[in-house]
Amino acid sequence: MDTFAFENRVWDTAETLPRDQLASLQVQRLRDVVARVARVPFYHETFADAGITPDSIRTLDDLRRLPFTTKAHLRDHYPLGFLAVPREQLARFHGSSGTTGRPTFVPYTRDDLDLWADLCARFLVAGGLRPEHTVQIAFGYGLFTGGFGLHYGVERVGAAIIPAAAGNTPRQLMLMQDLGAQVLVCTPSYALNIADVARAHGIDPRTLPLEFAHFGGEPWTEDMRIELEDQLGLIAMNNYGLSEVIGPGVSGECAARCGMHIQEDHFIAECVDPETLEPVPPGEQGELVFTALTKQAMPIIRYRTRDIASLDPAPCACGRTTVRMSRVVGRTDDMLIIRGVNVFPSQVEEALLRVEGTAPHYLIEVDRPGALDELKIHVEIRPQDFSDKMSQMEMLRRRIDREIASITGIRAAVELVEPQTLERFMGKARRVIDHRREKGLI
Amino acid sequence: MKLQQLSVFLENRPGQLGVPVNALAEAGINILTMSVADTTQFGILRIVVRNWLRARAVLERAGCVVKVTEVVAVDVPDRPGGLAQVLRIIQDAGINVEYMYALRSRDRADIVFRFDDPDAAIEVLKTNGLEVVSNDDLFDSLPRE
Repeated sequence: MDTFAFENRVWDTAETLPRDQLASLQVQRLRDVVARVARVPFYHETFADAGITPDSIRTLDDLRRLPFTTKAHLRDHYPLGFLAVPREQLARFHGSSGTTGRPTFVPYTRDDLDLWADLCARFLVAGGLRPEHTVQIAFGYGLFTGGFGLHYGVERVGAAIIPAAAGNTPRQLMLMQDLGAQVLVCTPSYALNIADVARAHGIDPRTLPLEFAHFGGEPWTEDMRIELEDQLGLIAMNNYGLSEVIGPGVSGECAARCGMHIQEDHFIAECVDPETLEPVPPGEQGELVFTALTKQAMPIIRYRTRDIASLDPAPCACGRTTVRMSRVVGRTDDMLIIRGVNVFPSQVEEALLRVEGTAPHYLIEVDRPGALDELKIHVEIRPQDFSDKMSQMEMLRRRIDREIASITGIRAAVELVEPQTLERFMGKARRVIDHRREKGLI
Repeated sequence: MKLQQLSVFLENRPGQLGVPVNALAEAGINILTMSVADTTQFGILRIVVRNWLRARAVLERAGCVVKVTEVVAVDVPDRPGGLAQVLRIIQDAGINVEYMYALRSRDRADIVFRFDDPDAAIEVLKTNGLEVVSNDDLFDSLPRE
């Protein structure tokens, strides 16, 4: 897009640093964080193996000598093996899903929380938020970083918050209308649901007081943006983050809306080939890797996000000098995002194994027939599990339901199918069919 | 005294009922009675046939999931109030019925019951003067296969 969707405002001058100044700042901070993580066992070992010391960090190229950190590493050091400060300094815990039942915990010091609020303020202001606005936050408030992250970011900007949290859509509409919310924060698919429910209640969504929305928590397409803006009569802005790095606040769109500016004074972004781990040329797609330079409780070095996107270093019309990332176009692993929640096929497998007598032959089917994602799991029953009693079959299905909800955190429709009816695979099983991709929704 | 009922799992797809039914037809097996229990997700087809061993083999060869369950066929007086009388006896004796379905042939009206404890149920029924139908009696009224 060539023109600004609204007046461009910059929250922090760090967003417009000349590139050479930004680079020296990054090198200095990289050296500092390498020193700070010395007390983290994983980094202590891997740095020693690679002969890395703070002094040996002289240019940004030295970043490439540092080891990558993966989700598996975080999992292996559950619960707090990546903590870099004494417990007494902690002010908050958040978390994100793991591939099995256990989340990855992310601790924060008071300074980390202060930084986090500021980073969120940056993208919110870049995305049109003003102190005189009223913001309705329809994200879950809990371990999930979206709710509290956006909350304190909005508060930092000075806008008023309606902490609506997630769900109860008729109530969301009531709050929005009666309190005059101009800004909506939620997942893009939930926003579509709000529009649907509004119409079902005889309200034209375009008559809602909303002017802006900041959507995150799941990938969404340009087509979705057009759809949302059309249905709700607002300007839809994108932002990106992940809890392992800090939460929301890693990057966000400006009024020019061609990519999301990464807060490079706090995060060094790399885009690598997921196979060779070599950097890809600018503009090409690869796996996003982030190094958190200034976090205290859990600084992270070269974290492989498994998100696929591209980086554009060209200067932006908005005056920000920071590199812009494209939307996330896919994953390097099999993780799904369903109604804003991370779900791994292996979680479904674990759930099925826990239910006594269910063979782990399953198929995950994801679709978005309306506004919301729907998850259907086809499970083969074994002959010995079949009962002539309907009550027992129902009980089996309910137990599977409960286990899946317990491990993944979301409800799925479970369909029992005959044995030998699901496809068998020679190599890696393709256990997921995602209709949303064919429909161009994600 | 007890009949061997076959239950077949029916997936929630169009035409699923046709699979077991056609398999039996092709094997020349006559269905004495049947019932279909269904939820929105799946169904259970219950059938009574003369030669259940053969029928089970035929169904499993056709890819069906089959379970064998003992059920009891009770002769019901073929007049208004006949069923009510049978149910009253069962209820008064505190016998638990999982499910039931009707079976009517040329000269008899029977109800097939799935009791939690079929042997105890048979005792109660006989004590109360009800006739529990044997295999032979039941299948005599069917043409030979």
